Amino acid sequence: MPKIKYIEHNGKEHEIEVPEGWSVMEGAVKNMLPGIDADCGGACACATCHVYVDDPAFAAKIPPKTDMEETMLDFAPEVQPTSRLSCQIKVTKELDGLVVRMPESQH
Amino acid sequence: MNIAVKPDMKSARDAAYALPLAELNPAQGILFQTDTMWPYFERLRKEDPVHYTADSEFGPYWSITKYNDIMAVDTNHQVFSSDFTYGGITIGGGQANFEPLPMFIAMDPPRHDIQRKVVTPVVSPANLQVLGPIIRERAGKILDDLPIGEPFDWVDKVSIELTTMTLATLFDFPFADRRKLTYWSDVVTAVPGHGLIDTFEQKMAVFQEYHAYFTNLWNERVNATETKGDLISMLAHNPATRDMSPREYFGNVVLLTVGGNDTTRNTITGSVLALNQNPDQYQKLRENPSLIPSMVSETIRWQTPLAHMRRTATQDFEFQGKQIKKGDKVVMWYVSGNRDDEVIERPNDYIVDRENPRRHISFGFGIHRCVGNRLAELQLQIIWEEIFKRFPVIEQVAEPKRTYSTFVKGYEHLHVVIPKRV
Ligand code: FES
Repeated sequence: MPKIKYIEHNGKEHEIEVPEGWSVMEGAVKNMLPGIDADCGGACACATCHVYVDDPAFAAKIPPKTDMEETMLDFAPEVQPTSRLSCQIKVTKELDGLVVRMPESQH
Repeated sequence: MNIAVKPDMKSARDAAYALPLAELNPAQGILFQTDTMWPYFERLRKEDPVHYTADSEFGPYWSITKYNDIMAVDTNHQVFSSDFTYGGITIGGGQANFEPLPMFIAMDPPRHDIQRKVVTPVVSPANLQVLGPIIRERAGKILDDLPIGEPFDWVDKVSIELTTMTLATLFDFPFADRRKLTYWSDVVTAVPGHGLIDTFEQKMAVFQEYHAYFTNLWNERVNATETKGDLISMLAHNPATRDMSPREYFGNVVLLTVGGNDTTRNTITGSVLALNQNPDQYQKLRENPSLIPSMVSETIRWQTPLAHMRRTATQDFEFQGKQIKKGDKVVMWYVSGNRDDEVIERPNDYIVDRENPRRHISFGFGIHRCVGNRLAELQLQIIWEEIFKRFPVIEQVAEPKRTYSTFVKGYEHLHVVIPKRV
C-alpha cells in the first residue's frame, strides 16, 4: 500500500498506509489525523482539506487542478503555489512516499 | 396571539400530510415562527425532494430539500446564479417593491470573487488570534454582570451583546452606538407587519438612516491618512472596491451586518435552548467541556441559523428528473438538508459528541460558503468556555419567541434563570 507522510503544522509527522483509490484527505480523516477538516466530505466544495505538496517531483505526478479546485483554493487562507485540496488527490502507486504539509488551520 | 407556546407537532404533522403534494408550501413565516415547518420538509424529502410550489406569497419556486441535492445546486453557480439582478439570495428578493442591493454574496464570479477577497482578511487565522482574547474578555464581563436567581432575556443580555460587540470591532464602529447595528440588521430581515416594523415605507426610512451613518464612516475612513484594518477601511482603500457606487457599498455593509450578527446571535441562543431540551447532552458536556467545539458544530447544524439560500436558474436544466426552467427561483432549504437521514445519522437528535459534527450544510458549500464561519465558531466556543467557569446551569424558564421569517431562523427572546454561580 502506498505510504503517505502527513506533517501537521506543528511539525508532528504521521506516516500512514493509504489504500489506492482513496483520496489523500480520506487517508487522514479515516485515520483520525488532526489538521484536515474536510467539511464537505470530498466534494471540492469547502477547501477545509487544504495541504501543501512541496516536492515538485510528486506534484508533477498529481493531475492538475480542476477549475473548481482552483476556485475553492482561491478563497482559502495562506495559499501557496504548492497548495492543493487533499480530497482531489487520488492515491496511486506512483504517490508512494508522498509528503503533504498541513496549514495552520482550515477555513 | 401568544406565539411563544410549545409547538404542536401533532397537528402540524397532520396538516402537512393532509395537503395534496402540489399544494405543499414550506415558505411561510408562520411555520417558522411556530417551529412547525419540520413535517413539511420531512414529507418533501420523502415524497418529492425537488418540489415545485406554483403559488406562494413569493410567487412560484422550487424547493431543494435533500443534503446532496443542495450541495449539487450550491456548487453549480454557472446554472444557479446568486446575482442580485435576478433577485439575489433570498426567496423574497426581486419581489415587487423590493429591489435587491448589490453585495458580493448576491453576485456571480468574477465580481463576487474580487469583492469577497477584499474583506476576507478580517477573518484570517491571524486576525482571529487577535480577536480571540478580546472576545473572551467581553464574554467574561457580560456573564459576570448577569443576574443570579432571577429571570432575564438571554437573547438581549448575552447573544446580542456579544455578537454586536464583535461586529462593532470588525467595522471599527462607534462602540456606544453599537446597538444600532443590531437594530438595522433586524430591520433588514424583518417582514413588515410582524413585530419590528409595520410598513415597507418605514423599513426604507430606517435604511436611509443606516445608509447615511455608514456613508459618514466611509468618508471618515477614505480620507484617513493611515489605513486601519477594519472592514470599512478595507473597502474604502482597496483598488477593487474603492470606486464602488454608494449603493454597492451599502449592499456590502448590509451583507456584513446581517452575516456577522443574526447568525451567530441565534446560534448562541440556540445552544442554550438545545442543551435545555436535551438535559442528558447538557450533562455530558458539563462533565467533558473538551466537547465544546463538537457541541458548537452540532448546534450550528441543529439551529441552521439561515433556513435557506435562494438561486435563480440561468438556463433550462433537468435536475433529479424535474425540468427547472430558465428564470425559475430555486430555494435550497439548508434547514431540511441538515435533517436528511441519508447523510446525517439520527438527524433530529441533538448529540454533542456526534461522530462527524462538522458535516452540516449551515455554512453552504462552494464559492459562497460562509466567509465568517470560523469567527462564528470562535464566539460560540469562547462563550461556553466562559459559561462553564461561572455557572453550573442556565435554565430555560419559558418557550422562546421565534422569528417570523423563512430566512433568518432565530429567536427574539429566550427567558432563562441562572440559579447559582459555580
Ligand atoms: S473536503 Fe471539502 S474541498 Fe476537500
